Amino acid sequence: MSRFTELFMGMLGAAPKKPEKVSDGVREIMRLKYLDKEGYIKEKLHIRSHQSTSHKWRNRRWAVLLAVNLLFVFSFWLDIQILEGALTASRFVGFHLIDLNSALHVMLAHKHIIVNLFIGTFTVFLIWVLLGGRSFCSWVCPYHLVAELTEKLHLKLVEKKWVTDHEFHRGTRTVFWVLFALLSIVTGYTIFETLSPTGILSRALIYGPGLALGWVFLLLLFEIFWSRRAWCRYVCPIGLTYGVVGTLSPLEVAYRVEHCFHEGDCRKVCLVPHVLDVTIKGRASEDHMGLGPDCTRCGLCVDACPTGALRFEVKGLAKLL
Amino acid sequence: MSSPDTPSGRKAPQPGVSLEKAQKARRKFMQSVGLTAGVVGLSLLGYIPVVDARAPRLRPPGALNEPDFLSSCIKCGQCVQVCPVQAIRLGDLDDGFGVGVPYIAPRDQACDFSCDAVQCILACPTGALTYKKPEFLDTRDGAPLARLPILKAKEKDPEPTLNLKERFGVARLARPESCLAVQGKGFKGLARGAAFRGEMRYMDVDRWKPVPVREHPYERDVCDLCVTECPIKDAIAMVGFVAPDGSRRFKPVVLEQCVGCGVCEMICPAEPAAIVVEAQAVWKEGQA
Repeated sequence: MSRFTELFMGMLGAAPKKPEKVSDGVREIMRLKYLDKEGYIKEKLHIRSHQSTSHKWRNRRWAVLLAVNLLFVFSFWLDIQILEGALTASRFVGFHLIDLNSALHVMLAHKHIIVNLFIGTFTVFLIWVLLGGRSFCSWVCPYHLVAELTEKLHLKLVEKKWVTDHEFHRGTRTVFWVLFALLSIVTGYTIFETLSPTGILSRALIYGPGLALGWVFLLLLFEIFWSRRAWCRYVCPIGLTYGVVGTLSPLEVAYRVEHCFHEGDCRKVCLVPHVLDVTIKGRASEDHMGLGPDCTRCGLCVDACPTGALRFEVKGLAKLL
Repeated sequence: MSSPDTPSGRKAPQPGVSLEKAQKARRKFMQSVGLTAGVVGLSLLGYIPVVDARAPRLRPPGALNEPDFLSSCIKCGQCVQVCPVQAIRLGDLDDGFGVGVPYIAPRDQACDFSCDAVQCILACPTGALTYKKPEFLDTRDGAPLARLPILKAKEKDPEPTLNLKERFGVARLARPESCLAVQGKGFKGLARGAAFRGEMRYMDVDRWKPVPVREHPYERDVCDLCVTECPIKDAIAMVGFVAPDGSRRFKPVVLEQCVGCGVCEMICPAEPAAIVVEAQAVWKEGQA
C-alpha cells in the first residue's frame, strides 16, 4: 500500500501499521543515532534541560480563530459587512463562501443540485486545498477552541485518576459521515446541522445564544468526563470532509526522523495522534514524511517538539527556494 | 453500553492476539456502536417539533414550501442580517430540524417591506428564499398571488411592485369580538404601548429609516390601523356592516392581495391581537 493510501485509510479509521520497507537513508540514520548510546542519552538530556515551552503556533492559531469568528460577529453587530453570514454560508466582501459539508447536506436533503452554491463551495474548496483541509478545524472552528480548553480540564482529571479516557474506534467518524449523508437523503432534513456544534456556536456568537448551547455544553461534559475530544475525533463529518479536501494540500506538518528522540511529547498533545505514529521508533520509512490529511495543522506538536523534528512546511517550496 | 465479558461461543482470537487485547477491541467496538446509536438517536429527536407543529412558523417572504424550505436552508442567517427591521429570527433547538432556520414572529416584529426589495431573498445563498420558484418544486393552490403586490410606499415610483410571487401567509380576523372597529370604537395613543420594541417604516417620517412604533401615536375615530398601516395595496379594507343593535359598524376584511407579512397583527391595539397572520396559509376562494 502506498503511503498516500495508507494515510487516507488511516483517516477513515485504519490502524497505523509498521512500515514494510524502510529506506536506506532511514536505516543509516537510525544506525548512527544509536551508535553511541551513551552520547545519545546525554544529548537527549541536554536538549531536555534546555527545552523551553513554546506556544507560538497555538497562540497564532487562537488569534486567527478568534479573528475569523469575531469578524463574523462584528460584520453583523457593527454592520461593517466584511464577512456576513455564519460558518455554514457567508459572503466575504460580497463573495460567496459555502461550507462544503453544509452544501453537501443541503443538496442531499433537498435532492436538487443547487447551482447557486457552486461558486461559494468551489472557493471554499480551493481555500482549504491550499491551506490544508483540516486546518479549518483547528484554525477556524469555534467548537475546536472550546473543546481544546475543556480538554485541559479532562487531562487534569485523568492525571488525578478521577476519570479515564474512553477511546472509541476512529472508524466511527467514517460511519457517522455515511450515516448523516444517508439521514439527509432519507429524511429530507439536514439532520447533522441540528447537532453540529460548529454551526450552533457560530450562530450563537453572531445571532445570540439559545437553547442549542445546552447541547454543546452536554458534548463538552461528555468530553471532560468520558472521552477526550470525542466529537472531533469520532463523530464530526465536517472534519472528514475537509480531511478529504486536504489530501492534496501542499501545506502540512512534516516529520524528520533525523532530529527525533522518539519520546512522544507530540503524541500526547495531538488531537489525532495516529498521524504521529511515524514518530514512534521504527515506524518512519522515509527521512522526511508529511503527517497526512487527518492532521489538523494545529501546530501543537510543532510547539511540543523539543528538537524541531516536526515543522510546518509547504510541499515543494524548499526545492524551489 | 456494556461489553460481553464471556468470550465463549465467539470466534477464537487470532493467533498472536492476547485474549485481553481481543476483549479490549471488542469493548471498544461495542462502545463505538453505542456512541453511533446514541448520537443518531438524539439527532432524530429533532423530528418531534417538526411532526408536532402546533402552529407553523411564519417564514420570510419567498420561502419554499415548508419541507423544501427546511431542507434547502443552509442555516447561515444572512437573511437576518439584511432585514432593516430585524423581523427575521433563527429557530432554536426546540424547533428540531428547524434549528438555525429563519422565521418571523409578526406580533413582535412583522415584515413591513421597508427594504423595498425583499432583500432577504436576495441574501439567501441557496434559494430557500426565492424570487422565482424552480419549476420542479410544486406550488400549492392559493399560494401564488394573482398579480405582483404593489407596495404602498412605492406607489408613485416607476416600478411600484414588490418582486414576490407567492404569499407566505394570510391574515384573518381571528377574534372579531375584540376588534375595536367591530365594537364601534376608535383608538387614541400608542398602538402597542410605550414598552413595545417593534419598528416600522412611516413614509411621512422617513422613507429609508424605520422608527419604533412607540414613537408614533395614532388617533382614529374608528380604529382602522390594520388597514392604513398595511404595506400592500388592496390587501385589506374596512367594510361597513349593521350591528345587531342597528348601529352602523366597520370591520377589516382581508383581500386576495394579502401576502401574509403580519403588519396588521403587529399593529393591532387589542390584546391579544384581533387580527392574526396564519403562517404558510393559502388563499381560499370565497375567503373574503
